Amino acid sequence: MELLSHLALGLQTAATPANLLYCLLGVFLGTAIGVLPGLGPTATIAMLLPVTFVLPPVTALIMLAGIYYGSQYGGSTTSILVNLPGEAASVVTTLDGYQMAKQGRAGPALAASAIGSFFAGTVATFLIAAFGPPLAAAALKFGPAEFFSLMVLGLVASVVLAQGSLLHAIGMVVLGLLLGLIGTDVNSGTQRFTFGIFELADGIGFVTVAMGMFGLGEIIRNLQDEEERSVLITKITGLWPTKEDFKRMVAPILRGTAIGSVLGILPGSGSILGSFAAYSIEKKVSKNRAQFGKGAIEGVAAPESANNAGAQTSFIPLLTLGIPSNPVSALMVGAMIVHGIQPGPSVITEQPALFWGMIVSMWIGNLFLVILNYPLIGMWVRMIMIPYQFLYPGILVFCAIGVFSLKNTEFDIYFMALFGALGYLFSKLGCEPAPMLLAFILGPLMEEYLRRAMLLSRGNPWVFVQRPISATLLVLAGLAMCSVLIPAFSKTREEAFVEGSG
Amino acid sequence: MTRNARDFWTGLIYIFFGSSAILIARDYGMGTAIKMGPAYFPTILGGLLLVIGVISVIRSFVIPGTPIGAFAFKGLLLVTVSVVAFGFVVRGLGVAIALPLLIIVSAYGSTRFRWRPTLVMAAGLTIFCVFVFLKGLGIPLPIIGPWLGG
Repeated sequence: MELLSHLALGLQTAATPANLLYCLLGVFLGTAIGVLPGLGPTATIAMLLPVTFVLPPVTALIMLAGIYYGSQYGGSTTSILVNLPGEAASVVTTLDGYQMAKQGRAGPALAASAIGSFFAGTVATFLIAAFGPPLAAAALKFGPAEFFSLMVLGLVASVVLAQGSLLHAIGMVVLGLLLGLIGTDVNSGTQRFTFGIFELADGIGFVTVAMGMFGLGEIIRNLQDEEERSVLITKITGLWPTKEDFKRMVAPILRGTAIGSVLGILPGSGSILGSFAAYSIEKKVSKNRAQFGKGAIEGVAAPESANNAGAQTSFIPLLTLGIPSNPVSALMVGAMIVHGIQPGPSVITEQPALFWGMIVSMWIGNLFLVILNYPLIGMWVRMIMIPYQFLYPGILVFCAIGVFSLKNTEFDIYFMALFGALGYLFSKLGCEPAPMLLAFILGPLMEEYLRRAMLLSRGNPWVFVQRPISATLLVLAGLAMCSVLIPAFSKTREEAFVEGSG
Repeated sequence: MTRNARDFWTGLIYIFFGSSAILIARDYGMGTAIKMGPAYFPTILGGLLLVIGVISVIRSFVIPGTPIGAFAFKGLLLVTVSVVAFGFVVRGLGVAIALPLLIIVSAYGSTRFRWRPTLVMAAGLTIFCVFVFLKGLGIPLPIIGPWLGG
C-alpha cells in the first residue's frame, strides 16, 4: 500500500537519532512554555527560530512542530493541577479538571487528558497522512487566481475567528498586508516604503514582527495587571483511572477528536475553538451532564482530545497548500522559506522525506509527551511557581539577542521594540494581532498571485469568479463573513472568547 | 463627542496608515491592471484601509462602546526603552554591560521589583548568554565593547 510506504519513509526520517532528539527537545520546551503562563507558543517559536536556522530543515521543522503541540499538552497539566491554564486552549479544562484534582482525582484527570491527547494525536496524524496527498494533488492544478482566492479565504477566516470587532480585524488584516509590502518590489526593483533606510530594503522580518507583537506586547500587557499567583498544589494520588473512568472516557474522546480535527483545519482557529466546542457539545449530549463543572471526567477528556487534534490538523493547510492557518504555522512558513523550501502543494512530491518525516515525528512526539509527562509532573508544577518578575526580563533578553542574530543588525531590535509598543496599543484598542501577522506574511505572496492572475486574464478582474475553484473559495469566504452577522453564531463566538480569555 | 474611544482611535490610526500608503505610493509606477506597477496593490490596500478607518470613526459617534481603560505607561516605557537602549549600546559597551542594563531596567517595570534578586538574575543570565549565544552559537557581539577598550 502506498500510504504504508510513505509512512515507512517518514519513520526512516523521523527516527534518526538527531531528529528524535530535537523532537524530544521540542515537545519538552513546548510543555515548559505551555506550563508557564504569559509565554505563548507564538513568541517562543519566534524566539527559537534563529536557533533552528543552523539545523537541517527537516530537523528544524520537527522541533518547531513539537513546541507547538507540546504547548497544548503542557497547558492542560497546569489547568488540572493548579487551575491555571498556561494556554488559551486549555481554559475549559480547568472547569472539570481542577474540580477532579480537588477531589483527589488529579491522577485520573491527567490520565484522561494524556490518553485523549494521544489518541487524538494519532488520529490526526493519520488524517494528515490520508488527506494530505490528495489535497496537495488537487492544489497542484491551482493557478494564480485560485491561490489568491485561497489566501482571501484564509484571511477572512482569521478575521471571523478573531476576538473583538469585525471591522477592526479586517483593518488589521489590510494593515498587515501593507506592512508586508515594505521593501524591494520583486517585479520592478522599486524600493517601497523604505524611507531611504537601507535596512528596510529586504522588508521587515516576520520574526521581528512576531517577537514584538507577541513577545514584547504580551509582557507589557501582563505588567499592567500583575496578579498574585498563589498556588495551591493538590496531592496526586492514584494515577490510574478506574474501569468506570475508562468507560466514561471513550465516547468523549472520540467526539472531541472528531470536532477538534475538523475545526483545526479551519484557518485562524487553531485549537481554541475546538476545545470550547467539544466541551459544550459534551455538556449537551452526556449522560452525566449534571456532573459537569463538578469534576466530570468527560469534561476533561473531550476538550483535551479536541485541542490536541486541532493543533495537529492545523498543519494540513500548511503542508498541503502552503497557507498558514494561525500565527504559529505562519512562523513555520517563514522558517521553510528561510531553509529554501517554497511552501505549497509541491512540498509532498519534491520533499517527501520532509513531509512524511514531519508527520511521523508528530506521532512520535505525542508518544514522548505521554512518557515525559507522568514522571515529570512535579517539575512542571514547580516551574509554574517561577514569579513573573523573574521570567519576563529573561524573555526580553532572548528576544533581543535572537532578533539581533537574524541579520546581525541592531536595527531589528529597534523594530521589535516598535512592534511591541504597537502590539500593546492595538490590544488596548481591541484589535487582535494574530490576523495581522498572518496578513503580513501573505502580503507579498498575494500581490504576486494577483499580478499573475491579472496578467493571464489580460486585466479582467472577473477571472476570480469565472474559474470554478476560485469562485467556490470566494463564496466560502463570503459565507464565513456573513456568518458573523447571524446572531446565533456571533453569540457563540463571543462566548467562546469570553471563556477563552477568562 | 465620540461615544466609542476604541473605534475612534483605531479609525484614526487606519486613516493615517491608509492615506500615507496612498500618498507615498504616488511616487511609484501605477502600471495597468494587466501589468501592475509597484504602486497598484499598495494603493488598493491603502484605499481599503482608509475606508475602514472612516467607517470606524463614523461608527464611534453612533454606537457606544466600552472605554479603553488605564494605560500601563510604566511597563510600556520601561520595556521599550530597555530594549532600544540594549540595541544602542550592545556593540559599543558589549553584552557584559548591555544585558544587565536590559534586565535591570525592564525588571524595574514590575510592581514587585527588588534589587537583590534582580542583580543575581542579571549576573546569572548574562553569564548564561555569553556562553550559549556568544561562545556556543557564535553571535558576533563583544563581551566588553570598544567604548570600554575591549
